[in-house]
Amino acid sequence: MSMIAIDQVSKWYGTFQVLTDCTTHVNKGEVVVVCGPSGSGKSTLIRCVNALEAIQQGTIVVNGMALTDPKTNLSRLRSHVGMVFQNFELFPHMSVTDNLTIGQIKVLGRPPDEAVARGLKMLERVGLKAQAGKYPGALSGGQQQRVAIARALAMDPICMLFDEPTSALDPEMVNEVLDVMVELATEGMTMMCVTHEMGFARKVADRVIFMDQGRIIEDAAKEDFFGTPRSERAQLFLSKILKH
Amino acid sequence: MYEFDFSSIPGALPILGAGLLVTLKLTGVAIVVGIVWGTLLALARLSGNRLLGTMAAGYVNLFRAVPLVMVILWFYLIVPTLLKDWAGLGQGTDIRMASALVAFALFESAYYAEIIRAGVRSVPQGQVNAARALGMTYTQTMRLVVLPQALRNMLPLLLTQAIILFQDTSLVYVIGLADFFGAAYKVGDRDGRLVELLLFAGAVYFVLCFGASLLVRRLQKRIAV
Repeated sequence: MSMIAIDQVSKWYGTFQVLTDCTTHVNKGEVVVVCGPSGSGKSTLIRCVNALEAIQQGTIVVNGMALTDPKTNLSRLRSHVGMVFQNFELFPHMSVTDNLTIGQIKVLGRPPDEAVARGLKMLERVGLKAQAGKYPGALSGGQQQRVAIARALAMDPICMLFDEPTSALDPEMVNEVLDVMVELATEGMTMMCVTHEMGFARKVADRVIFMDQGRIIEDAAKEDFFGTPRSERAQLFLSKILKH
Repeated sequence: MYEFDFSSIPGALPILGAGLLVTLKLTGVAIVVGIVWGTLLALARLSGNRLLGTMAAGYVNLFRAVPLVMVILWFYLIVPTLLKDWAGLGQGTDIRMASALVAFALFESAYYAEIIRAGVRSVPQGQVNAARALGMTYTQTMRLVVLPQALRNMLPLLLTQAIILFQDTSLVYVIGLADFFGAAYKVGDRDGRLVELLLFAGAVYFVLCFGASLLVRRLQKRIAV
């Protein structure tokens, strides 16, 4: 069964169409990388998956629950879907530990001591246990993003969405974040990642989706995508970003 | 040359003290009610609900477009009738105090609403998305993530507004309520020492307000880190 099923999704901002007839499925345990030029709608698409953005046409079903069904409790669904943002979005007025536990306590209703234990375990996993008492402002970008990943993992997500997780990072910090993501992928986490890191895609992706102008142009197994991309636009895109 | 004579001040301190208490009470009530009611008005304007938003905007624009003195007078003329009709309050109630409290609270909330609205809008949308992505409801997102950050951003403005309010309460002289300024005026008038009393009152206002604004500046530096 598909963990994430996106079917014929279209979305408009006013009269401007940002997504056109997008269809793709992500199976349990699969790692799918979404790439494409800026403005292609890839970030919008991934935000639609946990209903941070509304869609006007089509259906998105996550773990059997349809987002467009008025009976679906969107807050509860989101609590099971981990999301990592380009700008980290840690809560600056809370310590790292509070960032890791607030969702567990307020949303999942976990007892605070259990939430702290779980949060610290995740923090250790991303290699930042020593930073538990600090505030996000005192951490580097790479560290903040790793804490953000730990915050999402502490909620025991059924799948993870990454929205350009390394785009706002200084180059020397990209790898520490990618390492965590690679580890997650090899452990079997279902992941949908919007990213330009083709090295990451080559290493762990099962499939690569290429988007342009709000459409899914290519949706292929990794080997096929990097071997012989069928569309001209995907070839052009790859030649541009793989040049260096 | 005019000869200053401050000798009537020591004896008048109890009256002046009572006046200062009235001033502080007006300021305190207006701040508390103003912030609570102002937060609701701000959330109504930010809610995206057209009816609520328009009503809140109408309220804010109305109160911000009329002079405070006029509002105080209006309420002095209206509130007694309402209180007698609805609350059945006896003649012992101080109508001037009650109407001034209502006027200041409603007037100030319009200003607080705008400060709070700007504060909420200063919190990036990404923070809202992150809170929502964790599964928080709208109320949780506001209470746990947005408002605490907004409050930090708007604290200096809120306090500055409170200082202005503290000075503005002197306008209740138009309805004969003996706040600090009113008390000073009465004593000066009684003893023929108006200049001295008003100088003294001015000095007290200056010390309190300037002291408070120094505190605000220090606070501003501390949260800016």
